[in-house]
Amino acid sequence: MNTMLSNRFPKKTLLTALGMASALSFTAQASAETTVSAVMHSALRALDPVSSSATIARNHGYMIYDTLVGLDADLEPQPQMADWEVSDDGLTYTFTLREGLTWHDGSPVTAADCIASLERWGSFDPGGALIFDHLENLTALDDDRFELTLTTELGDVIGLLAKPSAVAAFMMPEAVASIEPGQPLPNQIGSGPFRFVSDAFQPGVKAVYERFDEYVPRDEAPSGTAGSKEVFVDRVEWIHMPDVQTMVNAINSGDIDYIERTPFDLLPLLESNPEITAEVLDPLGMLTLARMNFLHPPFDDERIRRAALLAIGQDDVMAALVGDPRFYETCASVFGCNTPLSSEAGGESLKTGGDPEQARALLEEAGYDDTPIVLLQPSDVATLTPQPVVVAQALRNAGFNVELRQMDWQTLVSQRASRDASSDGGWDMIFTNFGVDSIWSPTINPLLISTGEESSWFGWPTDPEMEQLRDEFALATDEAQRQALAEEVQRRAMEQATFVPLGQFQNVISWRDELSDVVAGPIPVFWGMHKAE
Amino acid sequence: MLSYFIRRLLAAIPVMLVVALSVFLLLRLAPGDPAVIIAGDMASPAQVESIRAALGLDQPIYTQFVIWMGNMLHGDFGTSLISQTSVLSMITQRLAPTISLAVAAIVFTVLISVPLGVIAAWRQGSWIDNLVMSVSVVGFSVPVFVIGYIVIQVFAIQLGWLPVQGYRSLDHGFTEFASRLVLPALTLSSVYIALIARMTRASMLEVLKEDYIRTARAKGLGERLVLFRHALRNAGVPILTVIGTGFALMVSGVVVTESVFNIPGLGRLIIDAVLARDYPVIQAIILLTAGLYVLINLLIDLSYAVTDPRIRY
Repeated sequence: MNTMLSNRFPKKTLLTALGMASALSFTAQASAETTVSAVMHSALRALDPVSSSATIARNHGYMIYDTLVGLDADLEPQPQMADWEVSDDGLTYTFTLREGLTWHDGSPVTAADCIASLERWGSFDPGGALIFDHLENLTALDDDRFELTLTTELGDVIGLLAKPSAVAAFMMPEAVASIEPGQPLPNQIGSGPFRFVSDAFQPGVKAVYERFDEYVPRDEAPSGTAGSKEVFVDRVEWIHMPDVQTMVNAINSGDIDYIERTPFDLLPLLESNPEITAEVLDPLGMLTLARMNFLHPPFDDERIRRAALLAIGQDDVMAALVGDPRFYETCASVFGCNTPLSSEAGGESLKTGGDPEQARALLEEAGYDDTPIVLLQPSDVATLTPQPVVVAQALRNAGFNVELRQMDWQTLVSQRASRDASSDGGWDMIFTNFGVDSIWSPTINPLLISTGEESSWFGWPTDPEMEQLRDEFALATDEAQRQALAEEVQRRAMEQATFVPLGQFQNVISWRDELSDVVAGPIPVFWGMHKAE
Repeated sequence: MLSYFIRRLLAAIPVMLVVALSVFLLLRLAPGDPAVIIAGDMASPAQVESIRAALGLDQPIYTQFVIWMGNMLHGDFGTSLISQTSVLSMITQRLAPTISLAVAAIVFTVLISVPLGVIAAWRQGSWIDNLVMSVSVVGFSVPVFVIGYIVIQVFAIQLGWLPVQGYRSLDHGFTEFASRLVLPALTLSSVYIALIARMTRASMLEVLKEDYIRTARAKGLGERLVLFRHALRNAGVPILTVIGTGFALMVSGVVVTESVFNIPGLGRLIIDAVLARDYPVIQAIILLTAGLYVLINLLIDLSYAVTDPRIRY
């Protein structure tokens, strides 16, 4: 047989053929497309991350857009698209774009694009509006440099540009950035590490991203939304699965690679699979909270609001919401815990099971007349359903007359916008969860805005003293002073019960062992990640 | 028959208009606001208001209705308020999975339920009859999602014969397409198999008592011919009605099956749209579904003439 073979195929030819086959095989391996299938916490529907504060839209923004400033895992701002210099008087910021930045259509990123993007962001985001309220001018010096000049020195301009929530300052091409927030964007062209595949987009079902090969990453290691955003996979598919059991079956069987938020009750099914890693990558997580309606009795009386706060113990809420103590902690800080400005002053009772006796005393002092208070409970959002039930019982224990109204989330958010009294279709207390990365300072935390019906978040608190403190914080440049002011904001928020922190919990990300180098940080990101074939 | 067909189509026009007006008004009167979904939970009331204005939702209802009807008459189903994509393209994307699933489920249903019903009637009171009737009670009683989880656990996870979830179009090859449809179609058909098996049995029992069946048997015809040519054709009208209505129901509302098997079909689209109060999408799907019902009912009526020569239009 060997002789026959050698007769028909000279050795040299055979070696050449083998070599070619080997080379072809290598080429095939090298060119095999790596696709990460990820189930995200929510379906992507709205594609404009500047006119939506939805977390999934923000995450989409980080895939395809980039920011001037990134925020590392320690919440420290770091240069991302641009470096900057600040004038001695603290009024002028000069940004210089780094070399090689291009949009997905190949055109270069210019200072004019960035100025238009900042203007769009400033027209919608309260943090951006703060800068624009104090803006002298914003002008391009050349294609790569622009200057932002303020009328008054602000304490945290760079921090505002780096913040990932509620609305991050994403850079868009000038033509896109000139579209009014709320109007459809003409395209999904960004300069981020991934390119959006518009043809494959199925709203509510699937969003597909391909690596943007011309993206020039930074040299630093990836950290949060800062550092290198080098992409090592060819394609990422975000899939929405409405059924959590299907999601768990799919990752166990290898149909998908990654689950962004693993349901706590199904976690044991994944932890028992040696091919799956389940970890907390965002140590900050979410703060769950209650908000009272400041416009109508009885919660227009600060003593009754404070009584409600004193009635609540966080342990009961978190046990019902999360259950597994590895993934939650009690936290009375309005900035969330484990953050630079975190303080729990004034909220001690929340962590010690509440103080119903003192709550009752306050109710008596305030002359609470047994007016029913209406708590809205969403029936279709698993991470918001338990809180109203637990809080309702705690309030009843302290002497409140409580009515729990159950409804679907859409009806709830509609009713939440009503400024009528609860007896006329309004409400007295609502519940929600905010990412800690979106509330960790007095300037970015939307729940602390206390300007009344004009621009406060639902509940519409009016509190000139809180506004004064927030203004002072925004203008403060000394770190110790900022820390002291943040503590005062915390105390004031607890006195006024601006909102009631109910505890902090982490999301567990699960991924199959084919994935490695999954980047930790407040945002689920897909750069830096490798996938074995 | 052609004039009957045209008359029925023309009669559908006022039906569709009433549906359009009712859906439009009901949606606007129901609580909910798509601007809130777009703005997200962290947005302030002022931000929500600015989005509402940008979407034109601050316009009077009659203005919105006139604009919508005008667009519909030009064949423009509009744009999703949430994703800003064309409603028609969204529906087109979702139609193929739903139709595939419904057709597969109907094929399973007919192939399994009709013979079972015929056999149960033929052997009335026997163990086969009792077994078919017992199984159909189970099919009725067990919720679809439970059946879905059981077949996933057995056939996908334990035996590994079929995929756990998902939908692949025919572009990925027939095997990939069909293998992902088997379990959801089987799950979806369970209720209809139970329903149609019982319906077939009941209709067959009535027909089998007729004189012409006795005559057919007296002529010496084989039992198979008697059952399937003489009895089943005469018992077919109510069975066809249920199959047709079942198909329409499958197309318009297989939400649970689509969710359990992660199939991106019309059922999920409408639920998503309702939860997000995405008015143009809801309106278009309901109009489409109403049109489908009209069409399927018409086809069922026409099919009576095929199965029963006594019926003429």
